[in-house]
Amino acid sequence: MSIFADETTLLVVQGLTGSQGSFHGLRNRAYGTKVVAGVTPGKGGGSLDGIPIFDSCAEAVAATGANASFVAVPRQAAPAAILEAAAAGVALVVCITEHIPVQDEVLLFNRLRREFPATRLVGPNCPGVISPGKCNIGITAGEIALPGGPVGVVSRSGTLTYQALHELSEKGVGQTTCVGIGGDRVPGTSFRDVLAAFETDPETGAVLLIGEIGGSEEERAAQFIAEQMTKPVVAYVAGVSAPVGRTMGHAGAIVSGRAGTAQAKIAALGAAGARLARNPSEAGEIMVEVVRGLS
Amino acid sequence: MDLYEYQGKRYLARFGIPVAPGTVADTIDEAVAAAERFGYPAALKAQVKVGGRGKAGGVRLVADRAEAAEAASRLFRLAIRGHRVERLWIESASRIAAEYYVSLTLDREARLHLAMVSARGGVDIEDVADHDPAAIARREIDPIDGLSPDGAQALVAAAGIDALAQAGVVDLLVRLYRCYVEGDADLVEINPLVLTASGDLCALDAKVTLDDEASFRHPEWSEFADAEPDDPRERSARAKGLSYVGLDGSVGIIANGAGLAMATLDVVQQVGGAAANFLDIGGAADADLMAGALEVINADGKVRAVLVNVFGGIVRCDDVARGILGAMGRVELASPLVVRLDGTRAREAHEILRPHLSDRLVMEPTMFAAARHAVEIAAGGGR
Repeated sequence: MSIFADETTLLVVQGLTGSQGSFHGLRNRAYGTKVVAGVTPGKGGGSLDGIPIFDSCAEAVAATGANASFVAVPRQAAPAAILEAAAAGVALVVCITEHIPVQDEVLLFNRLRREFPATRLVGPNCPGVISPGKCNIGITAGEIALPGGPVGVVSRSGTLTYQALHELSEKGVGQTTCVGIGGDRVPGTSFRDVLAAFETDPETGAVLLIGEIGGSEEERAAQFIAEQMTKPVVAYVAGVSAPVGRTMGHAGAIVSGRAGTAQAKIAALGAAGARLARNPSEAGEIMVEVVRGLS
Repeated sequence: MDLYEYQGKRYLARFGIPVAPGTVADTIDEAVAAAERFGYPAALKAQVKVGGRGKAGGVRLVADRAEAAEAASRLFRLAIRGHRVERLWIESASRIAAEYYVSLTLDREARLHLAMVSARGGVDIEDVADHDPAAIARREIDPIDGLSPDGAQALVAAAGIDALAQAGVVDLLVRLYRCYVEGDADLVEINPLVLTASGDLCALDAKVTLDDEASFRHPEWSEFADAEPDDPRERSARAKGLSYVGLDGSVGIIANGAGLAMATLDVVQQVGGAAANFLDIGGAADADLMAGALEVINADGKVRAVLVNVFGGIVRCDDVARGILGAMGRVELASPLVVRLDGTRAREAHEILRPHLSDRLVMEPTMFAAARHAVEIAAGGGR
């Protein structure tokens, strides 16, 4: 098994006729993803490389049964596109769009939480979701992933996610699903959400978590690992050597206390029982040992 | 983007928040003239984008012309946590009856907005947070609902704001929320918000951080963007559109993606080196961008070796390889280059670079090997 997306996923690409949408949408299809529809307002009735285009997500879903959406539209249009997919009943929305203002993101997140609790948003500003051998939604180069599990990967970074997949695949360690939650301040899906999904996925035996400095995602993940996770977790947090940022005002410090530094995150994850790696290569090496120990 | 106090106050004033009248001064003479104009006592305040100004002596109250001249002269020679003071804000000193704290920011954990109010504003607000957290009233705000006057009233009452000032603070909070949301701020903080002896409220300081991602819908922000970074390397990088942070080591770093760039810094440190910079060339690593990145690093006299660490995803490694060669043709590099290219089209990239390899251009198969090699070169003196 895998989480969030698999061989039964039927994907609609919002913005399929745009440059990003067509490049990645067709690449996802070439990987084996069932790309059943595209949405571009005003271009309904047409098609792209055999994929039918619809004017709206609702029409695309009604006609094709799409249950996942890949949002590849410019930032001004992305929140509305995500809400449109949710309103059409799509269960998984992956948004790669970068540079969405944080005020738009926090409003979007709360609208989804209140009005469309059944829809999961991954991203924005994320590399996407890949269940190797089954389904690739987003911009990850499929060939760096290795099917077969047993490792689930979750990461906040883009290229560092590729590095992590590469380290595992090189060492012959396959992945069930790799979820890039994105580096924005209001991610639709958190580390905690992904860890919970991996915990209940029977084929995932261990999880590789790639964090980075800033925010408190890793601290919250650590809490989940300590309280609810039975599967082993290997963690790498990038930015130990990063200079301490200058902070304006006191509100940030009052809200987060000492959370946010790589040291604080590493300490929290270590205390929660995660095995800690100092760099991506070491994370791969530790995971080889962990996988060997899985019965 | 962080704003200076004087910019922050202008931003708040746009949303109807009361601020003390004042003006900027770039010279001692301007400062004295401004103080004379506003009358005494006057406050002279160093404009720096860093906290701890009050404790570092960056705010001076003066009673006459001679004191104003002496204070201005001292302030212009001051550096606060490494930030040189180049501009002062002069305002007439308020007679203070009470100092409050108000702020709005994002609560990343709750994914809601967070308003905080305290009746114990002033320089020690973080101590208050540490030792008496109950003295800071908090209210999470769902952006769908916004901050209503009733919500603001509950917050103000919980904070123990003086009864006679409550209505004013409620009104100010509602305006501040508009400023924060419509003004696309990451943070708006007024500390202290003073209640003057005459019963008026006034923002005596302002910390405003704007969300850079929203600049496309705020053409008026261009007035804030004039301030150039102090570090000449950062100035040059910004002009080339690169995400660059100058550091103190001897290994120049070029990587794609912030996470990989950070991991590269970590690995360089772990093999005994120190990075000269953080530089993320992002998703479009063409020859121009690579040449620009190499130029910025090349101008850094401390650099002894340059490490290029690229994992191709959308970025194609063969484009990066051509970019490196193109850049080497345009820029005379002072230090050897150690290159690690992996991912999309890495094999093609290696073929492109192979005929050009020398002791000035080295290729390594992994991030670790490349970091180790670059650190060795840097330790040996490099250039």
